[in-house]
Amino acid sequence: MSTYTSATGEDRREMLAAIGVASIEELFADIPKSIRLGRELDLDSGRSEQEVFAELRALAQRNVSTQDEVSFLGAGMYDHYIPALIDSITGRSEFLTPYTPYQPEISQGGLQAMFEYQTAICELTGLPVANASVYEGPSAVAAAGYVAKLTNGRRRFVVSRGVHPHSREALATLAHGWEMDVVEAPLHDGLTELPELDGEVSAIVLQQPNFLGAVEDIPALAQAAHEAGALVICACDPHSLALLKPPGECGVDLAVGEGQPLGNRLDFGGPSFGFFASTEALLRRMPGRIAGETRDLEGRRGFVLTLQTREQHIRRERATSNICTAQALNALAGVIYLSWLGRRGFVELATLMLRRTAYARERLSALDGVELLHEQPVFREFAVSLDAPVQRVIGRCRERGINPGYPLGREYPEHERGLLVAITEQRTREDIDRLADALGAAVAAERAGNRATALHGAGA
Amino acid sequence: MIAAEEQTLTVFERSRPGRRAFVAPALDVPERAVDELLPAELLRGQEPRLPEISEPELVRHYNRLSKRNFDLDTGFYPLGSCTMKHNPKLHERVAALPGNAALHPLQDPRYAQGALELMWRLQVALGEIAGLPHVSLQPSAGSHGELAGVLLTRAFHEDRGERRTKVLTPDTAHGTNPATVTMAGYDVVKVGSDARGNVDLDDLRAKADEQVACLMLTNPSTLGLFEHGIEEIARIVHGVGATLYYDGANLNAIMGVCRPGDMGFDIVHFNLHKTFTQPHGGGGPGSGPIAVSDRIEPYLPRPQIVCRRSEGNGGEPFFDLDYDRPKSIGRLRGFQGNYGVFVRSYAYIRSLGAEGLREVSELAVLNANYLLARLRQEGVLDYLPAAYERVCMHEFVLSGAPMRRELGIKTLDLAKRLLDFGVHPPTVYFPLIVDEALLIEPTETETKETLDRFAEIVAAILREAKDDPEIARAAPYTTPVRRLDEAAAARRPVIRQPL
Repeated sequence: MSTYTSATGEDRREMLAAIGVASIEELFADIPKSIRLGRELDLDSGRSEQEVFAELRALAQRNVSTQDEVSFLGAGMYDHYIPALIDSITGRSEFLTPYTPYQPEISQGGLQAMFEYQTAICELTGLPVANASVYEGPSAVAAAGYVAKLTNGRRRFVVSRGVHPHSREALATLAHGWEMDVVEAPLHDGLTELPELDGEVSAIVLQQPNFLGAVEDIPALAQAAHEAGALVICACDPHSLALLKPPGECGVDLAVGEGQPLGNRLDFGGPSFGFFASTEALLRRMPGRIAGETRDLEGRRGFVLTLQTREQHIRRERATSNICTAQALNALAGVIYLSWLGRRGFVELATLMLRRTAYARERLSALDGVELLHEQPVFREFAVSLDAPVQRVIGRCRERGINPGYPLGREYPEHERGLLVAITEQRTREDIDRLADALGAAVAAERAGNRATALHGAGA
Repeated sequence: MIAAEEQTLTVFERSRPGRRAFVAPALDVPERAVDELLPAELLRGQEPRLPEISEPELVRHYNRLSKRNFDLDTGFYPLGSCTMKHNPKLHERVAALPGNAALHPLQDPRYAQGALELMWRLQVALGEIAGLPHVSLQPSAGSHGELAGVLLTRAFHEDRGERRTKVLTPDTAHGTNPATVTMAGYDVVKVGSDARGNVDLDDLRAKADEQVACLMLTNPSTLGLFEHGIEEIARIVHGVGATLYYDGANLNAIMGVCRPGDMGFDIVHFNLHKTFTQPHGGGGPGSGPIAVSDRIEPYLPRPQIVCRRSEGNGGEPFFDLDYDRPKSIGRLRGFQGNYGVFVRSYAYIRSLGAEGLREVSELAVLNANYLLARLRQEGVLDYLPAAYERVCMHEFVLSGAPMRRELGIKTLDLAKRLLDFGVHPPTVYFPLIVDEALLIEPTETETKETLDRFAEIVAAILREAKDDPEIARAAPYTTPVRRLDEAAAARRPVIRQPL
C-alpha cells in the first residue's frame, strides 16, 4: 500500500504534541458518533505500484483499440496521429500539475498558452473572441444555448437533426431546466431543412459538416435565422475549418466544437476539450476562463485571467456559467497540435483527408448492396446504406480486423441500415481497399444468406 | 529588457514564412481538386494564419513557457478547497496504455470490456466511499456534477407532480453552487452562518419551506469545519420534501471516517481532480462523478454503466452501457465521461485501498491542525487569527484583518510576498464571510518540514512588514513578471494576438 505520504511515527507524535491532543481521533471530535462509519470501507486492500500497474494493464488489454484493428469509427471523435512532442510537452510537471492560474505572476506559461490557444481558435473560426476551453463538444453546444438564452430570453431552440445526437441531448437536458423547448429541424436528402422561424426562436443549432457527413450551406441557414432575430450556433469539425468558409464569415454567432481531433487522445471519450468562439457582442456573456494580455508594474508584457466578473467565483448566482475547472491541458495540446501542423500543414492534412474520403466513398458506393445515404459533398466522413443487417455486416468485417464504422440505427431509426464511415490521415488507401473488400464480402454473404433463408422458407 | 521581451514572444510571433514541423503522409489516392469535392462558394478565401515554425523551435517555445509556471511537483501548494495533493506518476503511465488512450468511445461494448469494467469498479468504490450506492461517472468536473445534481432534484420533484422554485446555499458556499442553481433554473436563497461557523439552524428553519427543492452543502464546510448539526440539517431539509446535496470538494477530510450518505445526503459529487489525484493541468481536465440514493437513481444521466450477470456468456459478467432509462434527465455531455481521469482515480483507489484512504484523511486533518498550531507558535495568529477557534478538518481559514490594520499589508500582499519564497499562496478572499480571508489546505502528502518552513516564512514576512510594509505591498520581485495590471486587461480586453 502506498498513500504517497511521509509522516513517520515520530512525526505524528511531535505533531500531535504541538497541536495539544493525544490522538488523531481527537481531531475528528466534531463528527457525531451516530454518523461515524465504525468499520473499514468495503474496498480491497492497497497494492504496490507494480501490482496496480499489472492489474490496469490487464484491463487495458481487454479493450480493442484503434491500434488493434483498422478502425473507421468517427462520429465525433477521430483517430488522428498525435505528434510525439505533444506528450513530451503536456507531460511536463509545469503544465501537468498546477491549478487554474489564480496567481498570474507564477503562471505566465499557462496563461500565455491560453492566449495563444484563443488566438488559434479565433483564426480557425473567423470570430473575434474565444475562451480558454469548455468541457467538450456536446456540452459546448449546450453552453452556447445558455448564452443565447441569456442574450435574448426567447423560449425555443431549433436544432438540426444533423447535429450530433449527444449534443442535441445535452442541450435538451439543460434546456429543460431553463423551461425552454427544443424543436428539431429535419434533414432532407442529408441537409437541414429549417421550419418557419418565428419571434420565439432564441437560436438555431447547426453542425458543419453534419452528423451524416454532409457539408451544409451554413450562410443560407444563418441568414434565415437572423431574419427571424435568432442567434446562430454552429458546432464545427475543427479540421474542416482548414478548407471551409469559417463560421465568422457565414453569419454564425457562436462557433463551438469538439477539440479532441486537435492533438488529443481518444481516451474512450475524454478528457478532451470544447472550443468556444463568438462575436464581439457576446463576449461578456461567454462562459469559462479567458486569458488577456496586459503589463506588469515594470511595463513588461504579461498575461492574466480577465473579464472575471462573468465568472462564478465573483458573480455567483449572476454568473454567465457555473464552469470552474475546464480543460486547460487539453487545450494546450490543441494549440501545440495546430502549431505543429502550421499554416500550410493544416491545409495539406485536410486536403489529404478530403481526397481519401472521396476515394473511400467512391469505392464503397460501387459495391453491390451499398448505397450512399445522401449525395451531398462531404469532408472526412460519409454515410452509406447497406442492403443487409448492419450489426451482422460489422461482425463479419471484424473477423477480418476491420471496424467499418458507426451503425446509425440507434440514433437514426429511419436509417436502420445506415453506417457512418470516418477517414483520417491514419487510414491509408490500402486500409480503405481492405475496408471495401471486407464490406463488399460481408454484404454479399449476408444477402446470400438471406436468399438462402428465403428460398428455404419458400420451399418449406 | 531585450531578454524579457524575447521570453514573452508568442508562438505566432515566432512564426516565419516557409518554416514547418509537419510533413504530410504521401498522397496515395487520386489527386482531386478541392473545389471539385466541395462547393466553391463554401470554401474559405484565406487559410487560417497558424504559426509557421520548425519542430526544434516549437519544443523550445513551449518548454520556455513551462518554466514560467510554478507547479505542484516543484513546491508547496496549500491552495484551500483545491486539494493540491501529489499526482502519482504511475497514473500517467496507465492512462497512456494504448488499450486506454487509443480506445474509441463508440467501440462496441463487447470490445471495450476492460474499460467498462474499470468504470464499473470505480462506480462501486465511489458508491462505498460516499455511502450512496448509485453512481454516474458522466459529469466533466465538479460544477458539472452540481448541475447534474440540481437537475436530478428537479426531475425527482417533477416526477411527484411538484414544481419547486428555490435552492438554499450557505453564505460560505463555493461560487459554483449559486451559479449552478441559476443555470438549473432555480432561485438562490442564502442561508447564514452562526457564530461557530456552522449553518445557522434558525435561519435554515425559517427559509426551508415547500418551495425549496434542495440545500447544497459542503461538509466539512469551506471554513474547514465539520457541520456537527448535520443530522438536524438533514431532518429540516427532508421535512419539507427537499433534497440534500453534498458538494464533494472537501471529501479529502472524511474518507473512511464518515460518509455523506450516512449523514442524510441524497446526492454527492466527487472531484476526481481533487480527492482522487487527477492532475489539475493548469485548469483542467477534471471529472465530477455523482453518487445518489435509491430515490434519485431513476433519474441518473444516461447511459449508465451496468454489469449484466444474468445473460448467457458462461456466467461471466458482461459490462454494458444502459440507455433504457426512461426517467433519466438525459445526457450532460458526449460519450461516457472523462475516462482518462477514471483510469487515474481507479489506480489511486487500488493503490491505497480502504486503509490507505482512511489514512489519507487522517493525515490531511493532522497536517492542517499541525500547521495551524505551528502558525500559532510562530506568533502568526496574533495578526492572522483563525476565523473560528475550533479544531479544523483538512483546511482552515485565517483572517488578515488585524494584519491589515496593524501592519498595513493586505492578505493579497502576503500572498504575493509568499511567491518570492517559492510557495504557492493559499486561497485568498474566500470564503466571503471572513474579512481578508486566507484558506489554507496543506493536504496529506506534505511533510512536517514543509509545514514548519511555511509557518516560518509567514512569520518572517510579518516581521519584515513590521519594519517596512512597502516590501510586501510591492511584492513579488523574483517571479517572471511582477504584479500585473488586471484592471487594464479587463477595461480593454486583448484576448487574442492581432495577426
